[in-house]
Amino acid sequence: MTDLTRLTADQLAAAIAARDTSATEVAQAHLDRIAAVDGDVHAFLHVDAEGALEQARRVDAGELTGPLAGVPLALKDLLCTKGVPTTAGSRILAGWCPPYDATVTARLKAAGVVILGKTNLDEFAMGSSTEHSAYGPTHNPWDLTRIPGGSGGGSSAAVAAFQAPLAIGTDTGGSIRQPAAVTGTVGVKPTYGGVSRYGLIAFSSSLDQAGPCARTVLDAALLHEVVAGHDPRDSTSIDAPVPPVVAAARQGALGDLSGVRVGVVKELSGEGYEPGVQERFAEAVALLQDLGATVTEVSCPYFDYALAAYYLIAPAEASSNLARFDAVRYGLRVGDDGVHSLDEVTALTRGQGFGAEVKRRIILGTYALSSGYYDAYYGSAQKVRTLITRDFEAAFARTDVLVAPTCPTVAFPLGAKLADPLAMYRQDVASIPANLYGGPAMSLPAGLSEGLPVGLQIMAPTLKDDRLYRVGAAMETAYLDRWGGPLLAQAPELVAS
Amino acid sequence: MSEITRDEVAHLARLARLALADEELAGLAAQLHVILGAVARVSEVAGADVPATSHAVRLDNVTRPDVVTPSLDRDCVLAMAPAAEDGRFRVPRILDEQS
Repeated sequence: MTDLTRLTADQLAAAIAARDTSATEVAQAHLDRIAAVDGDVHAFLHVDAEGALEQARRVDAGELTGPLAGVPLALKDLLCTKGVPTTAGSRILAGWCPPYDATVTARLKAAGVVILGKTNLDEFAMGSSTEHSAYGPTHNPWDLTRIPGGSGGGSSAAVAAFQAPLAIGTDTGGSIRQPAAVTGTVGVKPTYGGVSRYGLIAFSSSLDQAGPCARTVLDAALLHEVVAGHDPRDSTSIDAPVPPVVAAARQGALGDLSGVRVGVVKELSGEGYEPGVQERFAEAVALLQDLGATVTEVSCPYFDYALAAYYLIAPAEASSNLARFDAVRYGLRVGDDGVHSLDEVTALTRGQGFGAEVKRRIILGTYALSSGYYDAYYGSAQKVRTLITRDFEAAFARTDVLVAPTCPTVAFPLGAKLADPLAMYRQDVASIPANLYGGPAMSLPAGLSEGLPVGLQIMAPTLKDDRLYRVGAAMETAYLDRWGGPLLAQAPELVAS
Repeated sequence: MSEITRDEVAHLARLARLALADEELAGLAAQLHVILGAVARVSEVAGADVPATSHAVRLDNVTRPDVVTPSLDRDCVLAMAPAAEDGRFRVPRILDEQS
Protein backbone atom coordinates (compact mmCIF):
# COMPACT_ATOMS: atom_id res chain seq x y z
CA MET A 1 0.00 0.00 0.00
CA THR A 2 1.22 3.50 -0.84
CA ASP A 3 2.48 5.53 2.09
CA LEU A 4 0.25 8.58 1.75
CA THR A 5 2.71 10.76 3.64
CA ARG A 6 5.34 10.30 0.90
CA LEU A 7 3.18 11.70 -1.90
CA THR A 8 3.38 15.27 -3.14
CA ALA A 9 0.50 17.68 -2.61
CA ASP A 10 -0.23 17.55 -6.33
CA GLN A 11 -0.41 13.73 -6.25
CA LEU A 12 -2.56 13.72 -3.11
CA ALA A 13 -5.03 16.21 -4.54
CA ALA A 14 -5.33 14.14 -7.73
CA ALA A 15 -5.81 10.89 -5.80
CA ILE A 16 -8.49 12.46 -3.60
CA ALA A 17 -10.29 14.02 -6.57
CA ALA A 18 -10.24 10.65 -8.38
CA ARG A 19 -11.51 8.96 -5.18
CA ASP A 20 -8.49 6.63 -5.15
CA THR A 21 -8.21 7.67 -1.53
CA SER A 22 -10.16 10.03 0.71
CA ALA A 23 -9.21 13.29 2.39
CA THR A 24 -10.01 11.59 5.69
CA GLU A 25 -7.55 8.75 5.04
CA VAL A 26 -4.91 11.27 3.99
CA ALA A 27 -5.47 13.42 7.08
CA GLN A 28 -5.37 10.36 9.37
CA ALA A 29 -2.13 9.12 7.78
CA HIS A 30 -0.47 12.46 8.50
CA LEU A 31 -1.87 12.67 12.03
CA ASP A 32 -0.46 9.18 12.63
CA ARG A 33 2.91 10.26 11.28
CA ILE A 34 2.88 13.30 13.58
CA ALA A 35 2.04 11.07 16.55
CA ALA A 36 4.91 8.76 15.61
CA VAL A 37 7.74 11.25 15.03
CA ASP A 38 6.88 14.62 16.53
CA GLY A 39 8.10 13.60 19.96
CA ASP A 40 11.57 13.76 18.41
CA VAL A 41 11.11 16.55 15.84
CA HIS A 42 8.82 18.88 17.83
CA ALA A 43 7.63 20.69 14.72
CA PHE A 44 4.15 21.27 16.17
CA LEU A 45 3.01 23.42 19.07
CA HIS A 46 -0.60 22.32 18.65
CA VAL A 47 -2.17 19.50 16.65
CA ASP A 48 -5.82 20.05 15.75
CA ALA A 49 -6.88 16.49 14.91
CA GLU A 50 -10.56 17.24 15.36
CA GLY A 51 -10.53 20.31 13.10
CA ALA A 52 -8.44 18.49 10.49
CA LEU A 53 -10.75 15.48 10.33
CA GLU A 54 -13.84 17.70 10.15
CA GLN A 55 -12.34 19.66 7.24
CA ALA A 56 -11.39 16.36 5.55
CA ARG A 57 -14.96 15.13 5.99
CA ARG A 58 -16.25 18.25 4.23
CA VAL A 59 -13.89 17.65 1.31
CA ASP A 60 -14.99 14.02 1.09
CA ALA A 61 -18.63 15.19 1.13
CA GLY A 62 -17.91 17.38 -1.88
CA GLU A 63 -18.52 20.62 -0.01
CA LEU A 64 -15.05 21.99 -0.76
CA THR A 65 -13.16 21.61 -4.03
CA GLY A 66 -10.06 23.03 -5.65
CA PRO A 67 -6.52 22.15 -6.72
CA LEU A 68 -5.44 21.41 -3.14
CA ALA A 69 -8.73 20.17 -1.64
CA GLY A 70 -8.04 17.53 0.99
CA VAL A 71 -4.28 18.17 1.13
CA PRO A 72 -2.90 18.51 4.68
CA LEU A 73 -0.89 21.55 5.75
CA ALA A 74 1.06 22.73 8.78
CA LEU A 75 0.49 26.39 9.66
CA LYS A 76 3.12 28.56 11.33
CA ASP A 77 1.86 29.60 14.73
CA LEU A 78 2.18 33.27 13.84
CA LEU A 79 -1.05 33.18 11.80
CA CYS A 80 -4.37 33.51 13.57
CA THR A 81 -6.73 30.53 13.59
CA LYS A 82 -10.20 31.15 14.99
CA GLY A 83 -10.74 29.17 18.17
CA VAL A 84 -7.43 27.32 17.81
CA PRO A 85 -4.45 28.32 20.00
CA THR A 86 -2.08 30.86 18.45
CA THR A 87 1.02 31.64 20.49
CA ALA A 88 3.62 33.23 18.18
CA GLY A 89 6.02 30.98 20.10
CA SER A 90 5.67 33.32 23.06
CA ARG A 91 4.72 32.82 26.66
CA ILE A 92 2.84 36.12 26.52
CA LEU A 93 0.22 34.49 24.23
CA ALA A 94 0.06 31.09 25.95
CA GLY A 95 -3.49 29.77 25.69
CA TRP A 96 -4.74 32.59 23.45
CA CYS A 97 -7.37 31.53 20.90
CA PRO A 98 -7.94 34.24 18.28
CA PRO A 99 -11.54 35.37 17.68
CA TYR A 100 -10.87 35.49 13.92
CA ASP A 101 -8.97 33.79 11.09
CA ALA A 102 -6.04 35.36 9.27
CA THR A 103 -6.81 35.88 5.58
CA VAL A 104 -4.26 33.17 4.78
CA THR A 105 -6.06 30.79 7.15
CA ALA A 106 -9.47 31.66 5.68
CA ARG A 107 -8.24 31.10 2.11
CA LEU A 108 -6.74 27.74 3.03
CA LYS A 109 -9.99 26.63 4.63
CA ALA A 110 -12.09 27.82 1.70
CA ALA A 111 -9.80 25.90 -0.68
CA GLY A 112 -10.40 22.65 1.23
CA VAL A 113 -6.85 22.52 2.58
CA VAL A 114 -6.72 20.47 5.79
CA ILE A 115 -4.88 22.36 8.55
CA LEU A 116 -3.23 19.75 10.79
CA GLY A 117 -1.98 22.15 13.41
CA LYS A 118 0.31 25.04 14.31
CA THR A 119 4.07 24.90 13.94
CA ASN A 120 6.90 26.02 16.18
CA LEU A 121 8.90 29.18 15.60
CA ASP A 122 11.31 31.54 17.25
CA GLU A 123 9.27 33.85 19.49
CA PHE A 124 7.48 36.40 17.28
CA ALA A 125 9.58 35.06 14.38
CA MET A 126 12.75 36.58 15.79
CA GLY A 127 15.55 34.10 15.25
CA SER A 128 17.20 31.66 12.87
CA SER A 129 17.01 28.38 14.78
CA THR A 130 13.64 28.03 16.65
CA GLU A 131 15.73 28.00 19.83
CA HIS A 132 14.05 31.26 20.82
CA SER A 133 10.64 29.57 21.03
CA ALA A 134 9.20 29.68 24.54
CA TYR A 135 8.12 26.07 23.99
CA GLY A 136 11.49 24.48 23.21
CA PRO A 137 13.33 24.06 19.91
CA THR A 138 12.37 22.05 16.83
CA HIS A 139 14.92 19.43 15.74
CA ASN A 140 16.20 19.05 12.19
CA PRO A 141 14.89 15.76 10.69
CA TRP A 142 18.29 15.26 8.96
CA ASP A 143 20.07 15.30 12.32
CA LEU A 144 18.03 15.70 15.48
CA THR A 145 20.94 17.38 17.28
CA ARG A 146 20.89 20.28 14.82
CA ILE A 147 18.73 23.36 14.26
CA PRO A 148 15.94 23.26 11.64
CA GLY A 149 16.53 26.93 10.80
CA GLY A 150 14.30 29.76 11.86
CA SER A 151 12.16 31.38 12.50
CA GLY A 152 9.91 28.94 10.61
CA GLY A 153 11.84 25.82 11.60
CA GLY A 154 8.64 24.04 12.63
CA SER A 155 7.01 24.49 9.23
CA SER A 156 10.04 23.33 7.24
CA ALA A 157 10.80 20.44 9.61
CA ALA A 158 7.18 19.25 9.38
CA VAL A 159 7.49 19.13 5.60
CA ALA A 160 10.95 17.49 5.68
CA ALA A 161 9.75 14.88 8.24
CA PHE A 162 6.74 13.94 6.05
CA GLN A 163 4.34 15.17 8.73
CA ALA A 164 2.71 17.41 6.10
CA PRO A 165 3.31 17.85 2.37
CA LEU A 166 2.75 21.60 2.69
CA ALA A 167 3.28 24.32 5.25
CA ILE A 168 2.93 28.06 5.54
CA GLY A 169 5.85 30.11 6.80
CA THR A 170 6.52 33.81 7.16
CA ASP A 171 9.67 35.56 5.99
CA THR A 172 10.89 38.87 7.42
CA GLY A 173 14.63 38.34 6.92
CA GLY A 174 14.77 34.76 5.65
CA SER A 175 12.46 32.83 7.97
CA ILE A 176 10.97 30.75 5.12
CA ARG A 177 14.11 30.38 3.00
CA GLN A 178 16.81 29.59 5.57
CA PRO A 179 14.73 26.79 7.19
CA ALA A 180 14.01 25.44 3.69
CA ALA A 181 17.73 25.48 2.91
CA VAL A 182 18.82 23.60 6.03
CA THR A 183 16.01 21.01 5.86
CA GLY A 184 16.30 20.19 2.14
CA THR A 185 12.88 21.60 1.25
CA VAL A 186 11.44 24.37 -0.96
CA GLY A 187 10.42 27.73 0.51
CA VAL A 188 9.24 30.91 -1.17
CA LYS A 189 8.97 34.47 0.07
CA PRO A 190 6.49 36.05 -2.34
CA THR A 191 6.70 39.68 -3.43
CA TYR A 192 5.95 41.91 -0.44
CA GLY A 193 2.23 42.65 -0.63
CA GLY A 194 1.52 39.49 -2.62
CA VAL A 195 0.02 37.63 0.32
CA SER A 196 -2.22 39.38 2.85
CA ARG A 197 -0.77 40.17 6.28
CA TYR A 198 -4.25 40.38 7.88
CA GLY A 199 -4.14 38.11 10.92
CA LEU A 200 -0.38 37.60 10.66
CA ILE A 201 0.96 38.67 14.06
CA ALA A 202 3.22 41.60 13.19
CA PHE A 203 6.98 41.54 13.73
CA SER A 204 8.31 44.05 11.18
CA SER A 205 5.39 45.25 9.11
CA SER A 206 7.34 46.64 6.17
CA LEU A 207 9.13 43.30 5.71
CA ASP A 208 6.82 40.48 6.92
CA GLN A 209 5.47 38.21 4.20
CA ALA A 210 3.81 34.79 4.42
CA GLY A 211 4.55 32.15 1.82
CA PRO A 212 4.64 28.45 0.90
CA CYS A 213 6.86 25.60 2.17
CA ALA A 214 6.79 22.31 0.27
CA ARG A 215 8.86 19.38 -0.95
CA THR A 216 8.55 20.29 -4.64
CA VAL A 217 8.49 23.52 -6.62
CA LEU A 218 5.12 22.67 -8.18
CA ASP A 219 3.57 22.06 -4.74
CA ALA A 220 4.87 25.43 -3.55
CA ALA A 221 3.33 27.06 -6.63
CA LEU A 222 -0.06 25.41 -6.04
CA LEU A 223 -0.06 26.68 -2.45
CA HIS A 224 1.17 30.13 -3.52
CA GLU A 225 -1.86 30.52 -5.80
CA VAL A 226 -4.26 29.50 -3.02
CA VAL A 227 -3.04 32.06 -0.48
CA ALA A 228 -1.95 34.98 -2.69
CA GLY A 229 -4.04 37.83 -4.04
CA HIS A 230 -5.45 41.19 -3.07
CA ASP A 231 -7.10 41.61 0.32
CA PRO A 232 -8.89 44.84 1.21
CA ARG A 233 -8.16 44.10 4.89
CA ASP A 234 -4.42 44.67 4.34
CA SER A 235 -3.69 48.18 3.08
CA THR A 236 -0.27 47.05 1.79
CA SER A 237 -1.78 44.21 -0.23
CA ILE A 238 -1.07 44.64 -3.94
CA ASP A 239 -4.17 45.04 -6.10
CA ALA A 240 -2.86 43.15 -9.12
CA PRO A 241 -3.33 39.67 -10.57
CA VAL A 242 -1.37 36.87 -8.87
CA PRO A 243 1.68 36.00 -11.01
CA PRO A 244 1.08 32.72 -12.96
CA VAL A 245 3.32 30.63 -10.72
CA VAL A 246 1.74 27.21 -11.37
CA ALA A 247 2.02 27.61 -15.14
CA ALA A 248 5.62 28.77 -14.68
CA ALA A 249 6.47 25.72 -12.54
CA ARG A 250 4.99 23.39 -15.15
CA GLN A 251 6.89 25.15 -17.93
CA GLY A 252 10.13 25.09 -15.95
CA ALA A 253 9.80 21.38 -15.27
CA LEU A 254 10.39 20.80 -19.00
CA GLY A 255 14.00 21.70 -18.19
CA ASP A 256 14.73 24.37 -20.76
CA LEU A 257 16.06 27.75 -19.60
CA SER A 258 17.14 29.03 -23.02
CA GLY A 259 17.08 32.80 -23.10
CA VAL A 260 16.91 33.19 -19.32
CA ARG A 261 19.54 35.64 -18.01
CA VAL A 262 20.88 34.69 -14.59
CA GLY A 263 23.05 36.97 -12.45
CA VAL A 264 25.42 35.61 -9.81
CA VAL A 265 25.66 38.13 -6.96
CA LYS A 266 29.35 38.71 -6.28
CA GLU A 267 28.78 40.06 -2.77
CA LEU A 268 26.89 36.96 -1.58
CA SER A 269 29.92 34.66 -1.53
CA GLY A 270 33.39 34.36 -0.08
CA GLU A 271 34.24 34.93 3.55
CA GLY A 272 31.75 33.37 5.97
CA TYR A 273 30.32 30.94 3.37
CA GLU A 274 31.27 27.35 4.15
CA PRO A 275 33.35 25.60 1.45
CA GLY A 276 30.66 22.92 0.99
CA VAL A 277 28.02 25.61 0.46
CA GLN A 278 30.22 27.33 -2.12
CA GLU A 279 30.86 24.03 -3.93
CA ARG A 280 27.13 23.21 -4.20
CA PHE A 281 26.49 26.75 -5.40
CA ALA A 282 29.18 26.52 -8.10
CA GLU A 283 27.59 23.26 -9.30
CA ALA A 284 24.19 24.95 -9.41
CA VAL A 285 25.57 27.75 -11.57
CA ALA A 286 27.08 25.19 -13.97
CA LEU A 287 23.74 23.37 -14.07
CA LEU A 288 21.92 26.60 -14.95
CA GLN A 289 24.25 26.97 -17.93
CA ASP A 290 23.65 23.34 -18.93
CA LEU A 291 19.91 24.13 -18.98
CA GLY A 292 20.52 26.94 -21.46
CA ALA A 293 20.58 29.98 -19.18
CA THR A 294 23.18 32.69 -19.74
CA VAL A 295 25.03 33.40 -16.52
CA THR A 296 26.88 36.60 -15.69
CA GLU A 297 28.34 37.99 -12.50
CA VAL A 298 26.65 41.09 -11.11
CA SER A 299 27.83 43.38 -8.35
CA CYS A 300 25.45 44.72 -5.72
CA PRO A 301 27.87 46.68 -3.53
CA TYR A 302 25.32 47.85 -0.98
CA PHE A 303 24.32 44.27 -0.11
CA ASP A 304 27.31 44.42 2.26
CA TYR A 305 25.23 46.83 4.37
CA ALA A 306 21.97 44.87 4.25
CA LEU A 307 22.47 42.94 7.49
CA ALA A 308 23.24 46.15 9.40
CA ALA A 309 20.24 47.97 7.94
CA TYR A 310 17.95 45.03 8.68
CA TYR A 311 19.01 44.76 12.32
CA LEU A 312 17.98 48.39 12.79
CA ILE A 313 14.77 48.47 10.74
CA ALA A 314 13.32 45.17 11.97
CA PRO A 315 13.93 45.79 15.71
CA ALA A 316 12.65 49.36 15.36
CA GLU A 317 9.40 48.16 13.82
CA ALA A 318 9.21 45.29 16.31
CA SER A 319 9.58 47.59 19.30
CA SER A 320 6.60 49.54 18.01
CA ASN A 321 4.50 46.52 16.95
CA LEU A 322 5.00 44.64 20.20
CA ALA A 323 3.71 47.61 22.20
CA ARG A 324 0.28 46.04 21.66
CA PHE A 325 1.13 43.38 24.25
CA ASP A 326 0.07 45.57 27.15
CA ALA A 327 -1.69 42.98 29.37
CA VAL A 328 -5.09 44.56 28.72
CA ARG A 329 -6.81 42.97 25.74
CA TYR A 330 -5.25 39.52 25.38
CA GLY A 331 -2.56 37.24 26.72
CA LEU A 332 -0.68 37.16 29.96
CA ARG A 333 -1.20 39.57 32.88
CA VAL A 334 1.26 39.60 35.78
CA GLY A 335 1.11 41.53 39.06
CA ASP A 336 -2.55 42.61 38.93
CA ASP A 337 -2.90 42.61 42.73
CA GLY A 338 -4.73 45.88 43.31
CA VAL A 339 -1.44 47.52 44.34
CA HIS A 340 0.53 47.71 41.11
CA SER A 341 -0.50 50.40 38.62
CA LEU A 342 -1.36 49.71 34.97
CA ASP A 343 2.14 50.79 33.89
CA GLU A 344 3.72 48.46 36.43
CA VAL A 345 1.48 45.56 35.45
CA THR A 346 2.33 46.15 31.79
CA ALA A 347 6.08 46.20 32.51
CA LEU A 348 5.93 43.12 34.76
CA THR A 349 3.87 41.22 32.20
CA ARG A 350 6.22 42.06 29.34
CA GLY A 351 9.28 41.32 31.50
CA GLN A 352 7.99 37.83 32.24
CA GLY A 353 6.10 37.18 29.00
CA PHE A 354 8.86 37.96 26.50
CA GLY A 355 12.02 35.87 26.04
CA ALA A 356 15.62 37.06 25.79
CA GLU A 357 15.76 37.65 22.02
CA VAL A 358 12.50 39.59 21.92
CA LYS A 359 13.66 41.79 24.81
CA ARG A 360 17.00 42.35 23.05
CA ARG A 361 15.25 43.52 19.89
CA ILE A 362 12.76 45.71 21.72
CA ILE A 363 15.62 47.46 23.53
CA LEU A 364 17.67 47.74 20.32
CA GLY A 365 14.69 49.10 18.40
CA THR A 366 13.81 51.55 21.13
CA TYR A 367 17.40 52.79 21.08
CA ALA A 368 17.44 53.12 17.27
CA LEU A 369 14.28 55.21 17.37
CA SER A 370 15.40 57.40 20.29
CA SER A 371 15.71 61.12 19.92
CA GLY A 372 19.36 61.92 19.18
CA TYR A 373 20.08 58.51 17.63
CA TYR A 374 17.23 58.29 15.12
CA ASP A 375 19.05 59.86 12.16
CA ALA A 376 22.30 57.95 12.69
CA TYR A 377 20.62 54.56 13.04
CA TYR A 378 17.04 54.21 11.80
CA GLY A 379 17.27 57.07 9.31
CA SER A 380 20.53 55.76 7.84
CA ALA A 381 19.15 52.23 7.64
CA GLN A 382 16.21 53.48 5.59
CA LYS A 383 18.62 55.16 3.19
CA VAL A 384 20.57 51.93 2.84
CA ARG A 385 17.27 50.32 1.92
CA THR A 386 17.06 52.73 -1.01
CA LEU A 387 20.63 51.89 -2.07
CA ILE A 388 19.90 48.14 -1.93
CA THR A 389 16.76 48.63 -4.02
CA ARG A 390 18.87 50.52 -6.59
CA ASP A 391 21.36 47.62 -6.63
CA PHE A 392 18.52 45.21 -7.41
CA GLU A 393 17.07 47.47 -10.09
CA ALA A 394 20.46 47.87 -11.79
CA ALA A 395 21.04 44.10 -11.67
CA PHE A 396 17.57 43.33 -13.06
CA ALA A 397 18.13 45.77 -15.92
CA ARG A 398 20.41 43.12 -17.43
CA THR A 399 19.27 39.87 -15.80
CA ASP A 400 15.96 38.07 -15.24
CA VAL A 401 16.83 36.45 -11.91
CA LEU A 402 19.69 36.57 -9.43
CA VAL A 403 21.13 33.54 -7.64
CA ALA A 404 23.15 33.06 -4.46
CA PRO A 405 23.43 30.57 -1.64
CA THR A 406 20.36 30.86 0.61
CA CYS A 407 22.40 30.66 3.77
CA PRO A 408 26.17 30.67 4.42
CA THR A 409 26.20 27.42 6.41
CA VAL A 410 24.51 24.06 6.77
CA ALA A 411 22.42 23.39 9.90
CA PHE A 412 24.55 24.00 12.98
CA PRO A 413 24.25 22.10 16.28
CA LEU A 414 21.53 23.24 18.68
CA GLY A 415 23.02 25.69 21.18
CA ALA A 416 26.04 26.58 19.03
CA LYS A 417 25.13 30.24 18.46
CA LEU A 418 22.81 31.01 21.37
CA ALA A 419 25.43 32.95 23.32
CA ASP A 420 26.41 35.10 20.34
CA PRO A 421 23.46 37.06 18.86
CA LEU A 422 25.56 38.53 16.03
CA ALA A 423 26.67 35.09 14.85
CA MET A 424 23.00 34.05 14.77
CA TYR A 425 22.08 37.21 12.84
CA ARG A 426 24.71 36.39 10.19
CA GLN A 427 22.63 33.33 9.16
CA ASP A 428 20.42 35.84 7.35
CA VAL A 429 23.16 37.66 5.43
CA ALA A 430 22.15 36.31 2.01
CA SER A 431 18.38 36.29 2.51
CA ILE A 432 17.88 39.82 3.90
CA PRO A 433 18.52 41.85 0.72
CA ALA A 434 15.32 40.52 -0.92
CA ASN A 435 13.26 41.52 2.12
CA LEU A 436 14.62 45.08 2.12
CA TYR A 437 13.90 45.35 -1.62
CA GLY A 438 10.53 43.59 -1.45
CA GLY A 439 11.09 41.20 -4.34
CA PRO A 440 10.25 37.49 -4.32
CA ALA A 441 12.87 34.84 -3.49
CA MET A 442 12.96 31.04 -3.36
CA SER A 443 15.20 28.48 -1.74
CA LEU A 444 15.40 24.98 -3.18
CA PRO A 445 17.60 21.99 -2.35
CA ALA A 446 20.99 22.08 -4.10
CA GLY A 447 22.59 18.97 -2.61
CA LEU A 448 24.44 18.05 0.55
CA SER A 449 27.54 19.22 2.35
CA GLU A 450 28.81 17.02 5.17
CA GLY A 451 25.57 15.02 4.82
CA LEU A 452 23.38 18.11 5.41
CA PRO A 453 21.25 20.08 2.92
CA VAL A 454 22.41 23.23 1.14
CA GLY A 455 19.98 25.73 -0.38
CA LEU A 456 20.10 27.57 -3.69
CA GLN A 457 18.42 30.96 -3.60
CA ILE A 458 16.73 32.53 -6.63
CA MET A 459 15.62 36.18 -6.49
CA ALA A 460 13.39 38.01 -8.98
CA PRO A 461 12.02 41.53 -9.53
CA THR A 462 8.91 42.53 -7.60
CA LEU A 463 5.73 40.92 -8.98
CA LYS A 464 7.77 38.51 -11.13
CA ASP A 465 7.33 35.60 -8.72
CA ASP A 466 6.66 33.31 -11.69
CA ARG A 467 10.33 33.55 -12.72
CA LEU A 468 11.38 31.87 -9.47
CA TYR A 469 9.13 28.94 -10.22
CA ARG A 470 10.25 28.53 -13.82
CA VAL A 471 13.94 28.54 -12.93
CA GLY A 472 13.39 26.57 -9.71
CA ALA A 473 11.38 23.83 -11.42
CA ALA A 474 13.98 23.49 -14.18
CA MET A 475 16.74 23.10 -11.59
CA GLU A 476 14.64 20.61 -9.64
CA THR A 477 14.13 18.47 -12.75
CA ALA A 478 17.86 18.50 -13.43
CA TYR A 479 18.69 17.62 -9.82
CA LEU A 480 16.16 14.75 -9.75
CA ASP A 481 17.95 13.29 -12.74
CA ARG A 482 21.37 13.80 -11.18
CA TRP A 483 20.44 12.46 -7.74
CA GLY A 484 18.17 9.68 -9.00
CA GLY A 485 15.31 11.04 -6.90
CA PRO A 486 14.50 13.82 -4.45
CA LEU A 487 17.14 14.93 -1.96
CA LEU A 488 14.86 14.05 0.95
CA ALA A 489 15.06 10.39 -0.08
CA GLN A 490 18.63 10.56 1.28
CA ALA A 491 17.49 11.78 4.72
CA PRO A 492 17.84 9.28 7.56
CA GLU A 493 14.65 7.41 8.43
CA LEU A 494 12.99 8.76 11.57
CA VAL A 495 12.11 5.98 13.93
CA ALA A 496 8.86 6.21 15.84
CA SER A 497 9.70 7.12 19.41
CA MET B 1 31.37 53.99 19.64
CA SER B 2 30.86 54.85 23.28
CA GLU B 3 29.93 52.25 25.85
CA ILE B 4 26.21 51.67 26.52
CA THR B 5 25.68 51.86 30.25
CA ARG B 6 23.43 49.79 32.44
CA ASP B 7 21.52 52.98 33.31
CA GLU B 8 20.92 53.73 29.64
CA VAL B 9 19.45 50.25 29.15
CA ALA B 10 17.29 50.78 32.24
CA HIS B 11 16.00 54.02 30.68
CA LEU B 12 15.22 52.24 27.39
CA ALA B 13 13.48 49.48 29.34
CA ARG B 14 11.29 52.06 31.09
CA LEU B 15 10.39 53.62 27.72
CA ALA B 16 9.53 50.16 26.37
CA ARG B 17 7.57 49.12 29.51
CA LEU B 18 9.84 46.16 30.18
CA ALA B 19 10.58 45.15 33.78
CA LEU B 20 14.09 43.69 33.58
CA ALA B 21 16.13 42.04 36.31
CA ASP B 22 19.54 43.50 37.20
CA GLU B 23 21.45 40.76 35.45
CA GLU B 24 19.34 41.26 32.32
CA LEU B 25 20.24 44.96 32.29
CA ALA B 26 23.94 44.22 32.56
CA GLY B 27 23.81 41.53 29.88
CA LEU B 28 21.85 43.71 27.47
CA ALA B 29 24.24 46.64 27.96
CA ALA B 30 27.17 44.49 26.85
CA GLN B 31 25.24 42.93 23.93
CA LEU B 32 23.82 46.25 22.76
CA HIS B 33 27.35 47.66 22.60
CA VAL B 34 28.48 44.82 20.32
CA ILE B 35 25.36 44.89 18.11
CA LEU B 36 25.36 48.67 17.71
CA GLY B 37 29.07 48.52 16.86
CA ALA B 38 28.20 46.16 13.99
CA VAL B 39 25.16 48.00 12.64
CA ALA B 40 26.51 51.58 12.95
CA ARG B 41 28.19 51.17 9.56
CA VAL B 42 24.91 52.08 7.84
CA SER B 43 25.88 55.75 8.37
CA GLU B 44 29.02 55.25 6.20
CA VAL B 45 26.96 55.20 3.00
CA ALA B 46 23.79 57.07 4.00
CA GLY B 47 24.59 60.39 2.35
CA ALA B 48 22.35 63.44 2.52
CA ASP B 49 21.47 62.94 -1.18
CA VAL B 50 19.98 59.45 -0.60
CA PRO B 51 16.21 59.41 0.03
CA ALA B 52 14.86 57.07 2.70
CA THR B 53 12.72 54.05 1.83
CA SER B 54 10.15 53.18 4.47
CA HIS B 55 8.31 50.57 2.47
CA ALA B 56 9.20 47.99 -0.13
CA VAL B 57 6.38 48.54 -2.58
CA ARG B 58 5.18 52.06 -3.24
CA LEU B 59 1.43 52.31 -2.75
CA ASP B 60 -0.95 55.24 -2.59
CA ASN B 61 -3.26 55.72 0.35
CA VAL B 62 -5.91 53.05 0.46
CA THR B 63 -9.46 53.96 1.43
CA ARG B 64 -12.74 52.09 1.58
CA PRO B 65 -16.37 53.20 1.44
CA ASP B 66 -17.57 54.56 4.79
CA VAL B 67 -20.15 51.88 5.47
CA VAL B 68 -20.79 49.89 8.62
CA THR B 69 -19.63 46.29 8.46
CA PRO B 70 -19.83 43.60 11.16
CA SER B 71 -17.05 43.65 13.72
CA LEU B 72 -15.87 40.93 16.11
CA ASP B 73 -18.38 39.59 18.61
CA ARG B 74 -17.87 41.35 21.96
CA ASP B 75 -18.22 38.28 24.18
CA CYS B 76 -15.86 36.34 21.95
CA VAL B 77 -13.21 39.06 22.25
CA LEU B 78 -13.64 39.53 26.00
CA ALA B 79 -13.41 35.78 26.56
CA MET B 80 -9.72 36.01 25.69
CA ALA B 81 -8.97 39.09 27.82
CA PRO B 82 -6.86 38.69 30.97
CA ALA B 83 -9.73 40.29 32.93
CA ALA B 84 -13.19 41.50 31.92
CA GLU B 85 -16.11 42.97 33.83
CA ASP B 86 -19.53 44.27 32.79
CA GLY B 87 -18.80 43.74 29.09
CA ARG B 88 -15.53 45.67 29.22
CA PHE B 89 -11.81 45.05 29.63
CA ARG B 90 -10.93 45.41 33.28
CA VAL B 91 -7.63 47.25 33.76
CA PRO B 92 -5.44 47.87 36.81
CA ARG B 93 -5.76 51.33 38.36
CA ILE B 94 -4.33 54.14 36.25
CA LEU B 95 -4.81 56.95 38.81
CA ASP B 96 -3.70 57.05 42.41
CA GLU B 97 -6.95 56.92 44.40
CA GLN B 98 -5.29 58.65 47.35
CA SER B 99 -4.56 61.89 45.45
